[in-house]
Amino acid sequence: MARIIVVTSGKGGVGKTTTSASISTGLAKRGHKTVVIDFDVGLRNLDLIMNCERRVVYDFVNVIQGEASLNQALIRDKRVNTLYILPASQTREKEALTKEGVEKVINELSETFDYIVCDSPAGIEHGAMMALYYADEAVVVTNPEVSSVRDSDRILGILQSKSRRAEMSQDPVKEHLLLTRYNPARVERGEMLSVADVEEILAIPLLGVIPESQIVLNASNQGVPVILEEDSDAGQAYEDAVARLLGEEREHRFMTSQKKGFFSRMFKGG
Amino acid sequence: MSFLDYFKGKKSNNTANVAKERLQIIVAHERGQRDQPDYLPQLQQELLAVIRKYVQISDDMVQVEVDRNESCSILELNVTLPER
Repeated sequence: MARIIVVTSGKGGVGKTTTSASISTGLAKRGHKTVVIDFDVGLRNLDLIMNCERRVVYDFVNVIQGEASLNQALIRDKRVNTLYILPASQTREKEALTKEGVEKVINELSETFDYIVCDSPAGIEHGAMMALYYADEAVVVTNPEVSSVRDSDRILGILQSKSRRAEMSQDPVKEHLLLTRYNPARVERGEMLSVADVEEILAIPLLGVIPESQIVLNASNQGVPVILEEDSDAGQAYEDAVARLLGEEREHRFMTSQKKGFFSRMFKGG
Repeated sequence: MSFLDYFKGKKSNNTANVAKERLQIIVAHERGQRDQPDYLPQLQQELLAVIRKYVQISDDMVQVEVDRNESCSILELNVTLPER
């Protein structure tokens, strides 16, 4: 039986796809057979972030509608050989993701994979509901910013009432907070919500804090999941988050700013 | 921070605190409404219309809430009448 993890947020542009790519790559790197599914029908982008956009032949909707088999649609990652990508359809209607169809695909994947990572589209409409419906765990990606925190709270409400686990009165979906684009220097100046502030408002366990980093754009430019940039702070923060997802205890890093010396502050500006 | 700013000292307006306070209020409010049935806003509007046939009251003077207990649900209707 695979563990099903949804990466969700409500708000767009907070880093869901970046996170899905890194978490799935991190799980696979540790030897777990992992598949990452793009649920954003019509606006697929996971393929670009994972650098397999030119290898897409069949997609999720083709499999649901029986036009292709799962093996035909799954794309094997070229860097980590236990990682597979199931791309979203770029041309179909969102409604092509039927509850029964998604369940069939997830059940089939469950037989051979250890982890199924569902990359949710933004919003709370059909695609997002399908992405979270079958989840065992949810990584709620949040920026330290008012609209993102509010939307995350809304998504938490939906996970608690509209997921399969909620409808069937099973154990609730296990929730994790992943705070991304965190800028410790701005937090210290009182310009940005702190980790503690967001934790207090959302009241769910903290999986990790990803510092705002230029590496993230550089990595997406090249189609490299950030977690593979092993020397970078953001890459290491994702690595820690994956370890915690697997139950390891790791101290949180990158939550304070690197203090600049007196001279660099005087002459370069801070 | 430029050379001059360094001597002027940091500004004291802490916008993060404002954000936190605003979020705490709106999130608490929205959580309260989360478990409410979908028909509640319309029910409130229609009740308001009925009451207005007899007494002039403003929109915020009727409050409708559903309290769920284990065995039953209670529809709580709170109407504040204007002073005579």
